[in-house]
Amino acid sequence: MERIPILKIGDVLLASIQIDLQDRDVLALQEDLAEKICSSGARGVILDISAVDIVDSFIGRMFATIAATSRLFDAETVVVGMRPAVAITLVELGLTLGEVRTALDLEKGLAILAALGDRTDR
Amino acid sequence: MTPPAAREEIPITADEDVVRVRQAVRSYAQKAKLSLVDQTKLVTATSELARNTLTYGGGGTAVVEFLTEGRRSGVRASFQDDGPGIPDVDLALTDGWTSGRGMGLGLSGARRLVDEFTLDTGAGQGTTVTVVKWSR
Repeated sequence: MERIPILKIGDVLLASIQIDLQDRDVLALQEDLAEKICSSGARGVILDISAVDIVDSFIGRMFATIAATSRLFDAETVVVGMRPAVAITLVELGLTLGEVRTALDLEKGLAILAALGDRTDR
Repeated sequence: MTPPAAREEIPITADEDVVRVRQAVRSYAQKAKLSLVDQTKLVTATSELARNTLTYGGGGTAVVEFLTEGRRSGVRASFQDDGPGIPDVDLALTDGWTSGRGMGLGLSGARRLVDEFTLDTGAGQGTTVTVVKWSR
């Protein structure tokens, strides 16, 4: 099993997935992110999946779970960099990512989080 | 990378075997010259089925094969387990129906992602699911 590194940039946590995900890698990421949001007080989470070549129902559901968990800690999650073939497959599979926000790339993801932050208390 | 053999058997007994199945199916799909989208669909479908084999079948075997038929080529992947089987196939193929964890998209979703889908199962008989995707 490999641990996905979580980087902190300002009040955003960035997890860039660069490995072929096993189910337990995603579960570990969920736990690590919850811990890190809690300890750092981060207000946003970015999941970079630009290197991920498939998202099946388990992995997709975990993204939604991560977003829901983060929200309990007052942090928004944005999934960025989804490949076109992955997007087409997800739709055909019947998987909606629920309330997970998505953005084309990291830059747009950060912009979304910044805009959300401005609208609330900061 | 050496080209894949015409047929490969992969035991599914642990989490990491699901990843091994995905990688094998990917290399066969490339050999069969499936488009990137079709490769992704097939790999995603087999990922669902391999996980089903592990979760519901208690483990089993995947067989990945390279196919040719006239001018087209394709990949067949079958997943066999000796688990409890599926008593109600129609129900299991319904979107959103799940007997356990998961979202109930595994079987029905996998079927939508491939060209051919066969399910051979019954209560107490184990389960074999076979999928085929052809190049266009």
